[in-house]
Amino acid sequence: MRILMLGWEFPPFISGGLGTACFGLTKALGHLGTDVLFILPRGGADQTLHRVHVLSAAEAPDQPASPYWTVEGLEHVRLIPVDSVLGPYQTEQEYAEERVRETQARQVAGKAAGGSAPSAGGAKPASLGVTSGPGLYAGDLFGEVHRYARLVAEVARRHDFDVIHAHDWMTFPAGLSVSALTGKPLVVHVHSTEFDRSGTAVNQRVYDVERAGMHGARQVICVSRLTRGIVTGRYGVPEGKCRVIYNAITVNGEPIPSSVERIETGDKIVLFLGRITMQKGPEYFLAAARKVLDVMDNVKFVMAGSGDMVRRMIELAAAMGIGHRVTFTGFLRGDDLDRVFRMADLYVMPSVSEPFGLAPLEALQRDVPVLISKQSGVSEVLTHALKVDFWDIHEMANKIVAVLRHPPLQKTLREHGAFEVRKFAWIDAARALMGVYSEVLGNGA
Amino acid sequence: MASVCFYFQVHQPYRLRRYSVFDADPNYFDEYANAELCRKVARRCYLPTNRLMLDLLRRHPEFAVSYSITGVALEQFEHWAPEVVDSFRALVDTGRVELLAETFYHSLAFLYSRDEFREQVLSHSARMQETFGVRPRIFRNTELIYNNDLARFIEDLGFTGVVAEGADHILGYRSPAFVYRPAGTKNLSLLLKHYRLSDDIAFRFSDRNWPEWPLKAETFAHWVDQVNGNGYVVNLFMDYETFGEHQWEDSGIFDFMYHLPGFVLKGGKNDFRTPSQALEAHEPEAELDIPHMISWADMERDLSAWLGNAMQSNALHELYRLEEAVKAAGNPQLLHDWRLLQTSDHFYYMCTKWFADGDVHKYFNPYESPYDSYINFMNVLDNVRARLKG
Repeated sequence: MRILMLGWEFPPFISGGLGTACFGLTKALGHLGTDVLFILPRGGADQTLHRVHVLSAAEAPDQPASPYWTVEGLEHVRLIPVDSVLGPYQTEQEYAEERVRETQARQVAGKAAGGSAPSAGGAKPASLGVTSGPGLYAGDLFGEVHRYARLVAEVARRHDFDVIHAHDWMTFPAGLSVSALTGKPLVVHVHSTEFDRSGTAVNQRVYDVERAGMHGARQVICVSRLTRGIVTGRYGVPEGKCRVIYNAITVNGEPIPSSVERIETGDKIVLFLGRITMQKGPEYFLAAARKVLDVMDNVKFVMAGSGDMVRRMIELAAAMGIGHRVTFTGFLRGDDLDRVFRMADLYVMPSVSEPFGLAPLEALQRDVPVLISKQSGVSEVLTHALKVDFWDIHEMANKIVAVLRHPPLQKTLREHGAFEVRKFAWIDAARALMGVYSEVLGNGA
Repeated sequence: MASVCFYFQVHQPYRLRRYSVFDADPNYFDEYANAELCRKVARRCYLPTNRLMLDLLRRHPEFAVSYSITGVALEQFEHWAPEVVDSFRALVDTGRVELLAETFYHSLAFLYSRDEFREQVLSHSARMQETFGVRPRIFRNTELIYNNDLARFIEDLGFTGVVAEGADHILGYRSPAFVYRPAGTKNLSLLLKHYRLSDDIAFRFSDRNWPEWPLKAETFAHWVDQVNGNGYVVNLFMDYETFGEHQWEDSGIFDFMYHLPGFVLKGGKNDFRTPSQALEAHEPEAELDIPHMISWADMERDLSAWLGNAMQSNALHELYRLEEAVKAAGNPQLLHDWRLLQTSDHFYYMCTKWFADGDVHKYFNPYESPYDSYINFMNVLDNVRARLKG
């Protein structure tokens, strides 16, 4: 079986859950012997070069007009870059800003190259033939989504595949058009919906794209029952067409330094890690922090992440009079991320709406106990975690204090959690996916 | 001749209210939930089953049963369902209903403080005497937690018998249908639960996947009769809430019990005895050496339901550490509160065994998770500590 996967991001540069999930699933599908053609918007592809071999046309004689990349250790995966600046977590505004940056960068590059050919980015993989497509940019984010769809359709013509699998709304129009052109069944995978991202201030155009994708697809995969509820309730998709497949974490592969020594500081550390945006509930974290500091004083609250609410949160912490107890680190990765996990006594995910939520599993894998909101998909399947309604800051503070005060609680959560987390394996998710593929191909389950 | 020896456990814990770290008042218990549950179980189980038992005692002069009623359950009945106390009194007044002794607070005190254990056993016996006019002679420890030490301690307190779990891996080749002598005791007798026949009623009765479903009283009486030749006493020990609460009325459990004595007594081959009557009729067959703690809980039949993780041992340890200070404080309300916190259910709720699978532990658990129950308990304990300082 061969899958055309409309995905996002590839290691080592993965900035969020969507990229992690696409990669984890793809890798596991490969292990199961499924061939995956992974379409990757160039925005993410730039960063992956050192682990990727570019095959020349001569090395791939069967499809002379279609270059692709392979990745070490992933024999069944072919990576096909597409020249698009789409990013997995963009809003309309962020897209516009990105576009301005890109244009400026190209102008600079063009001047450096002697003022010729502003579209060719030097040695960038963008120069890989097929991906230049019609026009470079198409106005706003929606224009770009449709331009991306045309590029994907062009790639799809040159390859054989059985099923199209599209991840989140920006790839839905591409999935629909390829499905229409080829007659191959489309499976859409909902990692988050407009309601998760924007609360009730829903962007109607995004909603319409999502809805069209879900209704045009043969099957809709939801990352939790919570998400399935939104897909059926808000988008009117029949329940029978929805399948819940939970996310997982990578146990092997990217090695996570487990059993590293904890970094002891004088203070207890409570960690918020994720984008600092409305849907992640940062203000509830701060409100709970304030209450905790009413009864304990040796506690530091670390907010690691970037996002459109950082400024407001810094101001809010100051206004609450707890500014000296809250640290904003910005976006962390690599060693910095390891360090902050090794310092943390508790990881808190107070999300207002979290379709799944991989971060708590990563925290557990690093021996940090977790407190998660009940409004998260992961809370449906994770038992050895503390759970709280995101708005119940009183109970959130109660539980934070308990973990900090009672080492046996921390110990029990840690031990059981680290054990439980092993059951979230991508290979199981991939097996469930194979079932879905067979079903849409009419091979029976 | 095989004798059926029924012992029913009657217990309701004082459930804690949600108590956060920000709470500071000394009201720890959920009065509303406790009253509701007490009345509900009285309506569904205690009252109808007591009526049934009284009827059986009147119809069958050879019928006899025994109960162990915890002090915390009795106090709650007095508060919220006094008619339950009256109905038990009517049963005891027949002279064919025996009451067993245990710790007043259904506690794990034997594991942590022998002094506290003794005080609770004695106060429970005193309360039985006061309320029902009889003094218990046979002892059962909380959740049938038992070993040689407990037997010796109980003998020193003047009891003539003790009951314990009779699971296969404890007994080996030996049958639970004999009377035994606990190792290291002189005059104490030991009765062991016939777990298979007990569980046929307590757990499997309404299980439609069980090949024996639906279980008829006649069939069960036949199984009792089969014990003849390999013993003489069939100890059916179970929670009284089996009737009407664990096994619902529509399962036919009342009907089963209504017909059981008739079938057991039919032909005069078998009969019913209370634990004391069984011990009077039979001398111990052999000595039984049980050095390690056993209980009637779960498959393991050990202490892991209450002491299986770090939270449970920490909570218990912290609780009993306060014993001296609480007793020195001379505050009866504080002492009572501290003792109510000893009820084993609080620690059972913290059990993480099988938590992920969800099972019998979940059914009885008022908390969403074992972690929540530990946090709640420790917050209450913090307040007890604050009262000691204050």
